[in-house]
Amino acid sequence: MEIDPFIFRLSIFILSIFIGYFVVWSVTPSLHTPLMSVTNAISSVIIVGAIIASFSSSDGNSISFSNILGFFAVTLAAINIFGGFLVTQRMLQMYKKKEKKKNK
Amino acid sequence: MSANLSALLFLITGVLFILALRGLSSPETSRMGNFFGITGMILAIIVSILSVNIFFINLFYFIIALSIGGVVGGIIAFKIPMTAMPQLVAGFHSLVGLAAVLVAISAYYSPDSFGLGTFQNIKTASIIEMGLGASIGAITFTGSIIAFMKLQGLMSGSPISFPGQHYLNALLGILIILLMGYLTVNQSTQIFWILIVASLLIGFLIIIPIGGADMPVVISMLNSYSGWAAAGIGFTLENTALIITGALVGSSGAILSYIMCKGMNRSFLNVILGGFGTDNSSGGTKETTEKKPVKSGNAEDAAFLMKNASSVIIVPGYGMAVAQAQHALREMVDKLKKNDVKVSYAIHPVAGRMPGHMNVLLAEANVPYDEVFELDDINNNFANTDVAYVIGANDVTNPVAKTDPKSPIYGMPVLDVEKCKSILFVKRSMSPGYAGVDNELFYKDNTLMLFADAKKMTEDIVKYLD
Repeated sequence: MEIDPFIFRLSIFILSIFIGYFVVWSVTPSLHTPLMSVTNAISSVIIVGAIIASFSSSDGNSISFSNILGFFAVTLAAINIFGGFLVTQRMLQMYKKKEKKKNK
Repeated sequence: MSANLSALLFLITGVLFILALRGLSSPETSRMGNFFGITGMILAIIVSILSVNIFFINLFYFIIALSIGGVVGGIIAFKIPMTAMPQLVAGFHSLVGLAAVLVAISAYYSPDSFGLGTFQNIKTASIIEMGLGASIGAITFTGSIIAFMKLQGLMSGSPISFPGQHYLNALLGILIILLMGYLTVNQSTQIFWILIVASLLIGFLIIIPIGGADMPVVISMLNSYSGWAAAGIGFTLENTALIITGALVGSSGAILSYIMCKGMNRSFLNVILGGFGTDNSSGGTKETTEKKPVKSGNAEDAAFLMKNASSVIIVPGYGMAVAQAQHALREMVDKLKKNDVKVSYAIHPVAGRMPGHMNVLLAEANVPYDEVFELDDINNNFANTDVAYVIGANDVTNPVAKTDPKSPIYGMPVLDVEKCKSILFVKRSMSPGYAGVDNELFYKDNTLMLFADAKKMTEDIVKYLD
């Protein structure tokens, strides 16, 4: 009997939850805000769905209802991707170690 | 692009995202981590575009949509002040939620392009996953909007509750499950839309009774939801990158919620059911009516105390963020360091409005992160410290959490500020903190209350330190 591909995806899902669990516990508490903004940015990978929707059931001449929803979803995901990664970058650049030499 | 190749590349995206989170285990590796994240995202977008049939007209609008989003996102990222991070993150969560809903609707109407069957004849597993993704996405969307409005001050931060609220929520919850079951059977368009509307409504209803200081839990919870919504859509689209990411984000948000609840010694359910800090029936409030003597001082006294101390611990809280006092604080600390005073910062897990909120603000003010300590790492040091400078924090320093079992905050881990030789407490008035509990620290002999705006007071102290 063949295994339904769903089971494979479920396995990936469950194992990823465990990876997430261990990786996130190792995140230092001082970086919890960047953690939230970066998880927010990566969850915008939902843009892959928005891309399929943007190009779905098209005959190349007109735009369907699904396409419009897709474009809208692309815009939202793009705000999140650019906004999320850039703001994370901006925050991470602020985290500095104590300077060894006193410069004053 | 062949399906196998794109599936492999999506797997790589997933791995890059894992590395992105892994990088955050220390500030040194974090920037590399963010780079991995960006690479993973670019890869995912390229692979998706190469996997669809491209028509010029669709591509044209797609590029416009992407550019608008990119420009808006970029502007927000550069303009946003660091004190506004909690509402920004809440706002971003709402976008992920809405995007999930839109993708689900699109998949419902054109299942053929998603490879899920034909309209109203979608594979059973897919319709369940789609319904789940749409429902969780909708809850995330409205919930995050309420959280955003509360944090931005567009709506009162105090809990909003009405009789029968929990019953209504429970009823809606059951309705959503029933609708989901019904949708699986007949795939009716009306049911699909009612499901979305019911989910939007419950997202709104579960967040309104939760008060401002519980926002760290709410934001983390919504972070988690946005992950589960993405995972739901990932199952629908049979896309590994989305499934992995959804699982990572979902568990990340869940862990943060757990850490925040633990920081308040409250159960998750207790926070979600809301209304904390509204009932005055709890013990301790009675005593507030009695007037106890309080010593209050001015900036000069505070400057004198700190200048002559050998060690100072700074305890920042949400009040520091509201007053934007972090830069003034850093200036004060610089002056103190010149006087050979040892200064460190103590951060309570739930200080501020989101996990790590205080750390970001201090980092923005150029405070080196190795001077900033978490509760467990610094709590033993209060006993041999001369001065504690409490700026904008209250409940997290209240010793009543350790002594009075009747207090609503009893059992909450607190910073042992009372063990310091002297305590400087910057506060605008004597009003109790969020939990509505009087803070015993105010009445201690070695406490000096500094009644002023946090920023103003700190700036004044800086002047007297010269």
